[in-house]
Amino acid sequence: MKQKRYLLYSLVLAALLLAALIAIDNSSLKSSMLSTILQKGAIYALVAVSLNLLNGFTGLFSLGQAGFMLLGAYTYAILTIPVEARSSVYQYFNGGLVQFSLPVVVGLIAAGLVAAFFAFLIGLPVLRLKSDYLAIATLGFAEIIRALIQWNTLGPITNGSNILRKFPTYSSLLFPFAVSAVCIGLVVLMIRSSYGRAFKSIREDEIAAEAMGINLAKHKMMAFCTSSFFAGVGGAMLAMFQQSVQAKYFTSAMTYEILLIVVIGGIGSVTGSIISSFLFVACSEWWLRFLDAQHYIGGVKVPLLRSGFRMVVFSIVIMVIVLFYRRGIMGTNEFSWGAIEKFIKAPFGRKAREEERKKVTTPHE
Amino acid sequence: MSNTVLRMEDLTMQFGGVVAVNNLSLEVNEGEIVALIGPNGAGKTTAFNCITGVYEPTNGQIFYRDEILVANYPQGKMKKLYAGENAGKYTKVVSRTPDQITRMGIARTFQNIRLFSSLTALENVLIAQHLHIRSNLFGATLLSQLSFVKSKARQEEEHMYQRARELLVEVGLEQYENEVSGSLPYGIQRRLEIARALATNPSLLLLDEPAAGMNPQETRALTDFIVEIKDRYKLSVFMIEHHMDLVMSISDRIYVLDFGKLIAHGTREEVQNNQRVIDAYLGVAEDA
Amino acid sequence: MHDFSYYIQLLLAGITVGSLYALIAIGYTMVYGILRLINFAHGDIFMAAGFFMIYISGTTSIYVSLPIVLILTVVLGVAVERAAYRPLREAPRMSVMISAIGVSYLLQNFATYYTGGLARPYPVIPFLTREVTIGSMTVKALTIITPVLTVILVVALVLLIKRTKVGMAMRAVAKDQSTAQLMGIKINNVISITFVIGSFLAAVGSVLYFSNYEQVTPMAGAMPGLKAFVAAVFGGIGSVPGAVLGAYVIGICETFIKANNDYAIFSNAFTFALLILILVLKPNGLFGEKLAEKV
Repeated sequence: MKQKRYLLYSLVLAALLLAALIAIDNSSLKSSMLSTILQKGAIYALVAVSLNLLNGFTGLFSLGQAGFMLLGAYTYAILTIPVEARSSVYQYFNGGLVQFSLPVVVGLIAAGLVAAFFAFLIGLPVLRLKSDYLAIATLGFAEIIRALIQWNTLGPITNGSNILRKFPTYSSLLFPFAVSAVCIGLVVLMIRSSYGRAFKSIREDEIAAEAMGINLAKHKMMAFCTSSFFAGVGGAMLAMFQQSVQAKYFTSAMTYEILLIVVIGGIGSVTGSIISSFLFVACSEWWLRFLDAQHYIGGVKVPLLRSGFRMVVFSIVIMVIVLFYRRGIMGTNEFSWGAIEKFIKAPFGRKAREEERKKVTTPHE
Repeated sequence: MSNTVLRMEDLTMQFGGVVAVNNLSLEVNEGEIVALIGPNGAGKTTAFNCITGVYEPTNGQIFYRDEILVANYPQGKMKKLYAGENAGKYTKVVSRTPDQITRMGIARTFQNIRLFSSLTALENVLIAQHLHIRSNLFGATLLSQLSFVKSKARQEEEHMYQRARELLVEVGLEQYENEVSGSLPYGIQRRLEIARALATNPSLLLLDEPAAGMNPQETRALTDFIVEIKDRYKLSVFMIEHHMDLVMSISDRIYVLDFGKLIAHGTREEVQNNQRVIDAYLGVAEDA
Repeated sequence: MHDFSYYIQLLLAGITVGSLYALIAIGYTMVYGILRLINFAHGDIFMAAGFFMIYISGTTSIYVSLPIVLILTVVLGVAVERAAYRPLREAPRMSVMISAIGVSYLLQNFATYYTGGLARPYPVIPFLTREVTIGSMTVKALTIITPVLTVILVVALVLLIKRTKVGMAMRAVAKDQSTAQLMGIKINNVISITFVIGSFLAAVGSVLYFSNYEQVTPMAGAMPGLKAFVAAVFGGIGSVPGAVLGAYVIGICETFIKANNDYAIFSNAFTFALLILILVLKPNGLFGEKLAEKV
């Protein structure tokens, strides 16, 4: 009974979202800031969820996400640029080596597969490392990839440090949402499967997990490759969104940004990562923009406001969350209709309130 | 052939200059409850960690039902000790990882409880069944949760849940199914840890101080519980324990360890009356 | 084909860079040894020291600014520990690391905001930048001063750690915090002293480094910081001589790679390749202690 009701709610919500997106897609809003935020938010949501799969669910502190996004973005771009456009894109490399072009969907999947393949290669040596060593090794790996791609000798394939463009992009706002939704759906299904439970056991206690017969190397590798696959797809979509791609933008700062999104949303919560992706993108690109411009109120210049102030405020907010609200927006909880119903009923129903209290008193971890 | 489940030969474990386990040999037979006792720091848990693959012993061999679990070259200072007559025995290095050993049928609990503490009791037991999973990652991801598709992965998932719930009922923890394991009472956590070990389908169960921190009443309940699961799941049990009433009431045989060395073994009576054991526990009187 | 003195010059430049990495690496290795934390903000403290110099030397003479810069940097380092790491002392390690990344992000963004994000010229410190001639080569004085000063500071530090009471307390806290506390060691003080030393060395490194590169940007600390960390890991984290050795290896190799146009792009990547290699071959670094988890 309850299940059916929740399913109905979900369908209604999905339909409403879809309708809203279609409406935006077909109106003048399509080229507005709102549309930019939605697209970028959807793409970042996928990447944040992929990082959360590692950091939050498997307990592997990886900082290589930008590297895998870079691999995905380049794979997609290299494989899908139309043959006739190649001579202009690869102008310094005689049109480049690759002289074919693949359909968009194949390009996206290839982006994920290449990222996953590199994850496998780098995972073999580094996944044995403990938390912070793993972090620094994956961060280093991302830097190595960035250097390799910009290497002139590989230019006929990667175009060196020059920009890649003219690859097919999407026309509808729905595209990034559809791809992200499918990918995130797959991640959620994986987390809830027996393998997902095994990942969580590794996060909880490696020694106990191993004593329960879980092959650490194998399961860490599974999580690492899956995460990289989706980071690769996310990177490819980011390339589509920007309509061009250049290796120098995929720095460790990008990984930190994604990591902070995961932290704000709650390490170990998929819904948290999704919500915080949209919030993060909206704040940094839109809502806090006014902080960067000089304002006058009644002829008096508002102090502090000038270019760069937005990021200062932003980083202070992040520090406050890290220090005082370590659980982020969602903690390790997920969105559920049950919780929402309870939340709405709470002020009225005594029972609901009591249950809430019970939940609060259960120590966490 | 033989009904020996676990056989340890000449096991030595050195940490730097400390010899934690010194030339220990012992056996656990089918259907037995065997206890390993000794004062704190005698090397009992180290021996357990060698059996379960957490440590790679400096020297010695361990067999599980005639299969080699661990076999090592003598290393470091041990080389000198084994240069002579026994040299030929140690030619092969085998060291399995803990998960392989669990898969062979040895399950364990930990001295300081190591539950997956932010997961529920049910999830803890479910995870312990993961080692038997047949569906691959893709099958389990795509098919195991969609109730409208009939598939092997789905059946397997349902079966895991069913088995986990049965197991919780069998050990009397069904009311805690959805509680976060880290917030359960201490005694319940100990019991849940045993249930989790049972979920791996072992034939040899290693219990590391199962009664630690329990009061006499809880200890009695645990004593009955161990005998009960041993019979129900046809187990052999090898345990480390300090509670002598527990040890003396259910152990078929007892090994006594002191400073890494075996100082006595035998039946309850034999061990109880052994002067060296009494000395080790109570200290030797130095007056006179 | 280059002549011999070209390589000698490269080697000298490499030793200078290595010394600078060494000064930063010591801060990483000491903090890691005690808190088991990669202080991602350490490189940014180094960057901040560069900006302190620029702004303070604008108002007063270089020789007055130098000690002020050292003090300010130390204050900043200790303040970061107080504000961002101390509240998380009991938190999971991942949280502290995220906090460190957050601090780094904050310092970089604040520097961008305050300076307008442009590269600022570093003031000329005459006794460091004046040219000296040795035999047939002409080099900046700091090429000579840097390694000498580094060696002096490292020896002083090793003596401090090995011979003094404070050093003993540091070693005790690094080994086992709770036992050290039971022995009456004030852990927070020891940690503060660690940050004082680390930040002081970073400030010294900063003066030498930016005198060499002549300008400071808000991102200037990130890469040298990471490389210094790699140096610390290479030498075995927690070991001061190890960090110094690692820093020289990285500094010299990097200088030679940079000098070759075809491979210059790998000058950063090389460091990380070295990191992955050492972690695979010798996970505890060259002089690191093995840490076993108790079961």
